Amino acid sequence: MSTHQPPMPQAPAAAPDWQAAPGGPYPGYTSPIPVVRTHLGHALASEWTKIKSVRSTMWTLGVFVVLVLGIGLLSASLVKSNSGAESMSDQNPLQFGFFGLLLGSMCIITLGVLTTASEYGTGMIRTTMVACPSRGRVLAAKATVFFVVAFVVTLATSGFVAMIHASMLKDVGGARTPSTGDWLKATVGISLYVALLGLFSLLVGSIIRHSAGAITIMIGAVLAPLVIALFMASQSLEKVRQWLLEYSIPSQMSCFYDNSLSRSGPTGWDPLWIMLGLSAVAFAGAFALLQKRDV
Amino acid sequence: MIELEGLTKRYGEKVAVDGLTFAVRPGMVTGFLGPNGAGKSTTMRMVLGLDHPTAGDVRIDGRHYRQLKDPLTYVGALLDAKAVHGGRSAYNHLLCLAQSNGIPRARVAQVLDTVGLTAVARKKAKGFSYGMGQRLGIAAALLGDPRILMFDEPVNGLDPEGIHWIRNLMKSLAAQGRTVFVSSHLMSEMALTADHLVVIGQGRLLADTSMADFIRENSRSCVRIRSPQRERLLDVLHDDGITVVEAGGGALEVAGGKAERIGELAARNGIVLHELSPRHASLEEAFMQLTAQAVEYHAHAGPEPAPRDWGAGWKGA
Repeated sequence: MSTHQPPMPQAPAAAPDWQAAPGGPYPGYTSPIPVVRTHLGHALASEWTKIKSVRSTMWTLGVFVVLVLGIGLLSASLVKSNSGAESMSDQNPLQFGFFGLLLGSMCIITLGVLTTASEYGTGMIRTTMVACPSRGRVLAAKATVFFVVAFVVTLATSGFVAMIHASMLKDVGGARTPSTGDWLKATVGISLYVALLGLFSLLVGSIIRHSAGAITIMIGAVLAPLVIALFMASQSLEKVRQWLLEYSIPSQMSCFYDNSLSRSGPTGWDPLWIMLGLSAVAFAGAFALLQKRDV
Repeated sequence: MIELEGLTKRYGEKVAVDGLTFAVRPGMVTGFLGPNGAGKSTTMRMVLGLDHPTAGDVRIDGRHYRQLKDPLTYVGALLDAKAVHGGRSAYNHLLCLAQSNGIPRARVAQVLDTVGLTAVARKKAKGFSYGMGQRLGIAAALLGDPRILMFDEPVNGLDPEGIHWIRNLMKSLAAQGRTVFVSSHLMSEMALTADHLVVIGQGRLLADTSMADFIRENSRSCVRIRSPQRERLLDVLHDDGITVVEAGGGALEVAGGKAERIGELAARNGIVLHELSPRHASLEEAFMQLTAQAVEYHAHAGPEPAPRDWGAGWKGA
């Protein structure tokens, strides 16, 4: 390419034979590389390469696995060594996975935010949008790849922890044998919920366009309602306090383990539908802003 | 071919790009010239569909960028050399771009070789120097072997060898029939590469002409004279109706190409000349004149128009 060739300045009007050149009515160079009509599959492949080729993915997911496994094992062994004959009567032995996943969700939130917001920090987003001008497709591809990665990693980790808990705490303190429902909620349920929480963070990252800002907002959104509720001692605020306790993200997560912080509020699989609704609204917002704003 | 029609971009009160209409044609290098903040990058971002125009339209071979089904094999662009995730290797950066457009994986190694980054392909982009980042950006632009190429300030941060390389690269790309659109704030750089010139200032189109025409229309010439018999020479020239200006260091300058006339006058009057040299204002000066006019036009809108000395540029040369 470095061989010097004199340029050929030509006005299109002076070269009518160009009309017959390959490339239709617009003359010019035709590449030997086959032209491919791009689709979502290409964007998914691209985002998969992106997410696995940065170290922050390995770090956040690595810390996630360590937290969930470590806290899970620790709490189970503490319970086992300290329980009396009836201390856990009729309780679900899988419930001790909760603490690890609550802390671990911070890692998933961070990874979610970084998936979108870091591109704005580095300027990579312009390269991405030039390569794929359909902004909705970029967002959909990022959301899909991230959701699948977060779900698979959370499912593997929470499933492993649930198996350890089931075997370690079998008959300890009169704990019951987990039902199929208990198993599903403590593995598939919580994994879907955590992955959706991460997806919500990814969308917040796309809206805020600033990694540190979006991570702070999300961690605040997880922790603040519960902390604020604890300080709402006043009688007049009792209803607000109750609502915060019931619907804060930790309370929602605890629903999957039947050890709700309060007896009313969402139960069973309700939190999943709440988070699904929130993510859908956030997706619509992020998509609309992405279309409207300059990159 | 890139066609702009009344392209305008406003940020609140500020007009960044103001009704640009011009076309960038295939088979030649089109230089896009303007001082810093003239709106070059904003224009290029609008061509690529990154920024929405406030008014007007820009089309690539008749279509909007967002309608292109194969964007990277159609248009390759170097916008910002640092528009790369620093934690990703050069190879993976190009790979994810190739995948997004279904470009064969083998192209990644090819373009890395073209820009001379094969040795650092697996290194993280954040460790790259500005020049290496620029080369990576050029590799990304060439990835799809596109028919249209856009480079925003490509020579920035490159060493002399790199500058020479990019010049020849652009010329050879244009010679293959591609459309090459290059922005720069350096007229001297454009003079060496561009066949066609589009000059903007304050977001407005100042010139859209071939390089040769631009030079002809915008350069001014003068004659520089040195003589030990300075006072006599001044009288003789004055009598002939020739205006003379002091050029410093005892030299005199006469605007226009009047060297022959001055020589004849000096000979007829027996005046010794130590120097009689016709000079042409450089392209850089022509460019500064052109863009300074845009600045002046803007200044008139303010409370006090700033007077400018047009000759200052080439008097000092």
